[in-house]
Amino acid sequence: MSDFNPKIVAFVCNWCTYAGADLTGTSRMKYSPQVSIIRFPCTGRIDFMLLLKAFANGADGIIVSGCHPNDCHYSSGNFHARRRWIIFRALLDFLGIDVRRVQFSWVSAAEGAKWAELVNSTADHIRQLGPFSGYQRLRGLGVE
Amino acid sequence: MKTGFYPGCSMKGSAREYSESLLAVARALGRELPEIPDWNCCGATAAHNLDRNLALALPARILAAAEKDGMDEVLVPCAACYSRLSVTRHELLEDEELRQKISGLIEADYRGTARVLNIIEWLAGVPELEKLVKVPFARRVACYYGCLLVRPAGVVKFDRPEEPQSMDLLMKKIGAEPLDWAFKTECCGAGFSVSRTDLVARLSGLILDDAVSRGAEAVIVACPMCHLNLDMRRPNIEKLAKKKFNIPVIYLTQALGLAIGLAPKKLGLQRHKVAVKFPPPEAKPPSADKLAAVGEV
Amino acid sequence: MARIGVFVCLCGENISATVDVQKVAAAAAKIPGVAHSVEYKYMCSDPGQQMIQNAIKEKNLTGVVVAACSPRMHEPTFRRACSEAGLNPFLCEMANIREHCSWVHEKSDATTNKAIDIVRTLVAKVKKNKALQPIKVPVTKTALVIGGGIAGIQASLDIANCGHKVILVEKEPSIGGHMSQLSETFPTLDCSQCILTPRMVEVAQHANITLYSYSELESLDGFIGNFKARIRKKARSLDEKLCTGCGLCALKCPLKKIPSEFDAGLGTRPAIYVPFPQAVPNKPVIDRSHCTYYLKGKCRLCEKVCPTQAIRFDQEDEIVEAEVGAVVLASGFDIKHGDFFPEYGYGKYKDVIDGLQFERLASASGPTLGEMRRPSDGKVPETVVFVACAGSRDPAKGIEYCSKICCMYTAKHAMLYKHKVHQGKPYVFYMDIRAGGKMYEEFVRRAMEEDGVQYIRGRVSRIYERGGKLIVKGADTLLGARPMEIEADMVVLATAGVANAGAEELAQKVHVSYDSYYFYSEAHPKLRPVETNTAGIFLAGACQAPKDIPEAVAQASGAASKVAAMFSQAELVREPLIAVVDRQAPPLYSTCVGCFLCQTSCPYQAIEKEEIHGRDGQLIKTVAKVNPGLCQGCGTCVALCRSKSIDIQGFSHEQVYDEVLALLNRGESDV
Repeated sequence: MSDFNPKIVAFVCNWCTYAGADLTGTSRMKYSPQVSIIRFPCTGRIDFMLLLKAFANGADGIIVSGCHPNDCHYSSGNFHARRRWIIFRALLDFLGIDVRRVQFSWVSAAEGAKWAELVNSTADHIRQLGPFSGYQRLRGLGVE
Repeated sequence: MKTGFYPGCSMKGSAREYSESLLAVARALGRELPEIPDWNCCGATAAHNLDRNLALALPARILAAAEKDGMDEVLVPCAACYSRLSVTRHELLEDEELRQKISGLIEADYRGTARVLNIIEWLAGVPELEKLVKVPFARRVACYYGCLLVRPAGVVKFDRPEEPQSMDLLMKKIGAEPLDWAFKTECCGAGFSVSRTDLVARLSGLILDDAVSRGAEAVIVACPMCHLNLDMRRPNIEKLAKKKFNIPVIYLTQALGLAIGLAPKKLGLQRHKVAVKFPPPEAKPPSADKLAAVGEV
Repeated sequence: MARIGVFVCLCGENISATVDVQKVAAAAAKIPGVAHSVEYKYMCSDPGQQMIQNAIKEKNLTGVVVAACSPRMHEPTFRRACSEAGLNPFLCEMANIREHCSWVHEKSDATTNKAIDIVRTLVAKVKKNKALQPIKVPVTKTALVIGGGIAGIQASLDIANCGHKVILVEKEPSIGGHMSQLSETFPTLDCSQCILTPRMVEVAQHANITLYSYSELESLDGFIGNFKARIRKKARSLDEKLCTGCGLCALKCPLKKIPSEFDAGLGTRPAIYVPFPQAVPNKPVIDRSHCTYYLKGKCRLCEKVCPTQAIRFDQEDEIVEAEVGAVVLASGFDIKHGDFFPEYGYGKYKDVIDGLQFERLASASGPTLGEMRRPSDGKVPETVVFVACAGSRDPAKGIEYCSKICCMYTAKHAMLYKHKVHQGKPYVFYMDIRAGGKMYEEFVRRAMEEDGVQYIRGRVSRIYERGGKLIVKGADTLLGARPMEIEADMVVLATAGVANAGAEELAQKVHVSYDSYYFYSEAHPKLRPVETNTAGIFLAGACQAPKDIPEAVAQASGAASKVAAMFSQAELVREPLIAVVDRQAPPLYSTCVGCFLCQTSCPYQAIEKEEIHGRDGQLIKTVAKVNPGLCQGCGTCVALCRSKSIDIQGFSHEQVYDEVLALLNRGESDV
């Protein structure tokens, strides 16, 4: 368990969180290398079924992050994401996937420190939760 | 819909006539007003000046008892009690943690289901009022709301805080002519009645002065404190102002009682400091055209 | 068959200090589909870019991944380099191994492995990239300006002076807006009409401007560069070509006591009227809601006296259609009216008036011809109290914001009053003094020091009438909240500036977003103050937020410059990373089932309905279609579509899925 290095995928929006993560880099703030980013134009684009695919293919944890409500570069994309998240969380629960494996957050382009903190705390949580082995159950459901 | 009744301390003491007239009117309207079982003092000004938990627990205990008794709403005629109960209900509904804490203190689960009504709200819920009027209260009146009936606006959510109309509309229904005057919600001196009676004399004097100068024949109140300051402290007012004020101060329920034909003694009118009497019609100032006929203007 | 080139940058030491770049390049070379994998110290430099271009040509690359800094930094640089080498720029992606990797981790195997993960992810993505062409949209070089106040006038003149056509629509019978109602303007005390009317005339006479006064926007369809506007020309009951503006009709009209809107209810006008003497156009209009002919079928006196027989009682509204390329919203503001200050007696006492009413009293063309006389009995007020912040900055009154102009115009009013009534006593109750513009602070000082206006810091709690005077009860907080009572003859309330009555309706017609106060929303509060989120629609003036004349004029010129920039191109070019609805061969035509959930979710109204007809003209199905001119590429519709019939270029289903798989090292999908 102590040498378990979780694989965490971050689904982020280009305008806020991606830029915020850039700022973390520019500021040379250090964080855990467990998290890798996939860029989207907006959190509204993120099809949450993709998160299940990530779990089905080896992810131990997931971060979804975008612009703060009311600040979406495309006005309302993050509102859609937020609503989707609420329903998706119920689905995760129903499937028996620990809801704590997905961190839903708002990180703006100015919040470099917040991104670092989010990554570190998520990595810690997932480490404590252990590897996600439930993916075997998902594969049979046609999720892959 | 079960409506309970919270008399509070003043109704049993200095505002006895308010209680008498209210119960007489309720009886005449065929409305039952069961008292909340084992009710306690609401805490009034003292509790909320001293300790927040006490200030919330005392009204919470009252309302919890009302809920336990199956009451959907509670009539609270005294404006100060009304304020304490309304504020308590509001705060405990907003803050779940606080509600649980206070429920623990009073050893009863307070849910906040019973609505708290002031006298005007309750009377407005009596649709047949106009039909019951036998002797229209045909007087020019100044309706005095005082501080606590329509404030704080965000808590009581009743009428307009700056220019309320609800009492005026009720008085109109019983045939009165409510005047537009400037001191509807100005402070009478409130609890300083004992500790700083000089302030009360000044503030209440300003209220009476404005009412009288606009031709009011009576001041209508719905609060025992207002009544006390405007009526019982009349000698202090007159001493400071160096003039006499004959204008009577009548509870809303007393005016209503008169209008529906109840006897003045049943309404406690004899308990007032300032005699409740109105000048006979002939003594009213002559109208302008009468004067013109006589050759004076 | 994919032939991807991977170019790993050392970025001096920025990447190489913590990431083993050679290992990354070596690992990339082993990814199926990668035909070329190298590292270089400064990929963005000239030799670096040259390397990429040579590789594209020599190895026939079908895609490029530059593993270096953030795409937000150099994506355009590398895309341009690829384009110059003959590779479609949209086949180039950047793997961010600097900001997201080398700079934030310590030197370790884990860091190098993460860099390899990131490269592998972008390689998987770029294999599914499509060669895209920028989108070109034609532009109609006519602008529609809605609102003929000072902002609308300025925008119209600026655009027209660039040589473009302008259609100016104004709902009142005359242009000029609120500025025409003012007597003098701060901080110069210029006569408002004197500086405004030359502009109004210029608009009327400008060859490039078509003025539709007494008209409103009926509908607006289309998209940026290609709008179709329908304008309702309301019936004046007048043949404008015959009318000479002689004014005889207004003089003879028997109905003279209708409250004048221009005089803010303090003056009167006839049923056939010109709102003010300097009106542009200087032609009357018949107020059908008061005119005896329309109410009872009688009179017609104006018709009889008109020397050119210009009156047309049976005239109807006319709809004019116009094609425009850009719209400027300059619909202005209003001040708050109504029963929201009962404690001040606003609406109850005749002598408690608002700022616009005071302007009319002070104005030489107003109901008192510029003499300072109070509305109730025409007496000259000896004591006037001005109440600032009457409604603004007050959550209890529902307006939390500051209306910006009131401190200045209150000082102005107090000064104007003192100039007209030398022995008068002006008082101002204020909360703060906001005089941030050029020469503004000096202006307010002048009111206090030269004109003897007494400023009291405190609010007014109540105003009531007693003995013919208005008793104003307030407090002087600088003297320890000392209660103050002033017996005034007149009170002027600086009521809050609010959105116009028709603001919501207009915003919905043109699809512009607005805030909870119905002020129109700018695209970005700091950097894009004259644009909206709707492409092609711009903002000027107080419809966006309360502001003074210099700001309105500046914003109007700003909006005009955006329009001119649009019109300066033959076509509009946009990045093609937009949504596309799938199309299939008949008989399917599309997997889209026509539920239009995408349409409701699109913040830009970029999704339209497209009817698919068979060869015989019969309607087969109605499916969604993305307007390439409007789509901004957020992808909300893509995630919402239940049948996955809509996809987005650059972030397609396949691309994103492959990225996830590659990141987790499970291999590609086999589509």
